[in-house]
Amino acid sequence: METVACPDCDLLQNIPHLPPRGKARCSRCGQILATAPTDPLDRPLALTLTAAIVFIVANTAPLMGLTAVGRHASTTIVGGAYEMWVTGQALTAVIVAFCAVIAPAGYIVFMLTVLLAARRPPVPQWAGEMLRWAGHMQPWSMNEVMMLGILVALIKIAELASVDPGIGMFAVGALVFLFAAIMVTFDPREVWKRVEWDDGQMPPRTGTPEPTRIEEGR
Amino acid sequence: MTATALTAAEAGLVSCETCALLSRPADVTEPGYCPRCGAELVWRRHHSIQYTWALVIAAAICYIPANLLPVMTTTTFGSADSDTIIGGVAYLYTSGSWPLALIVLIASVMVPLGKLVALSYLLITVQRGSLGSSRDRTRLYRMVKIIGRWSMLDVFVDTFTVALVQLQPLMSVEPAPGVLFFAAVVVLTMVAAESFDPRLIWDSGSTKEDYHG
Repeated sequence: METVACPDCDLLQNIPHLPPRGKARCSRCGQILATAPTDPLDRPLALTLTAAIVFIVANTAPLMGLTAVGRHASTTIVGGAYEMWVTGQALTAVIVAFCAVIAPAGYIVFMLTVLLAARRPPVPQWAGEMLRWAGHMQPWSMNEVMMLGILVALIKIAELASVDPGIGMFAVGALVFLFAAIMVTFDPREVWKRVEWDDGQMPPRTGTPEPTRIEEGR
Repeated sequence: MTATALTAAEAGLVSCETCALLSRPADVTEPGYCPRCGAELVWRRHHSIQYTWALVIAAAICYIPANLLPVMTTTTFGSADSDTIIGGVAYLYTSGSWPLALIVLIASVMVPLGKLVALSYLLITVQRGSLGSSRDRTRLYRMVKIIGRWSMLDVFVDTFTVALVQLQPLMSVEPAPGVLFFAAVVVLTMVAAESFDPRLIWDSGSTKEDYHG
């Protein structure tokens, strides 16, 4: 039993023992407070390793090619940001590069470090720091938005010339699913439970318990 | 939902925003650092309302040029043609792909506007100390956080169109200044959503004055 405050409404409540794949929601505002994933560290690690490989493919293989009047052109993700830069939109190029390449890469690297470090307790303090950085990268890594953007661009250009989807586009599609799977199978609490404390003190055991609604897993 | 429910702040406990550990700070005015992860402890995010308002206003200002200025220029056989966001939507509609036109219209025009309205509504109700429909307002806040990223769609569409259509001298596409304002709206509203503290929605008048500083 662990007492937590809801991150969205600050209500104190106890998290009961959860059945596998169960979820604890805040009894007042409905925010998810805890999940009980099976294999809390191994599964996200396997998925993150896969994502790392797919990410390299997505960033090196061409996203799509264009053929018009006997000429062929193709582009990659970085190529898109680069073209923005050289055509005079440097700041936009930086934003695109951050959301499309840097944030997803950062998320993968930080998560890999955290998950590898978490395999051998006690988990060092710096792993917590890395986890915090992974959390900062997460909202900015926009694989799924980019995927839809590529599709819309593809359809728009198909009106003008003949276009063909490349391997990079399928890799981006795979990344969308891998990132979603990492987030579902991973609960940061599993790492925080194992991490070495900054000052070695014991956590205070106070607060009024409040029953928490439990959702059964599928 | 009991009326006697106690929040961490009311119990004198502070929840770490990074690792969710509850701790009882020795000094109420200065909670210090989390004993587990070392992050700075705060009762409520610092100057949450002021920062969020500043970012929302900045985003609202950028929203105007983002919609009025062209986002890309298409040059075909020497003649240039500029498109705004709405122009792009109209182009998709007339070229027969109305579902895509609808997606772009929602992601590029309605989502950013909806975010600005939603954040302003949350800020005003928190400032007025409203306590009604707190649950719905928290849901609204979560929705703003989830759907906000989708407005980046048009920036990606422009990027990849520009990157691919470079067939000089036949046809080429170049980005226009509108795209920068548009990306700025998305970034500013995303940072605004992060700087807003949803716990303020639930704080009663007395707690609010103590903690939202």
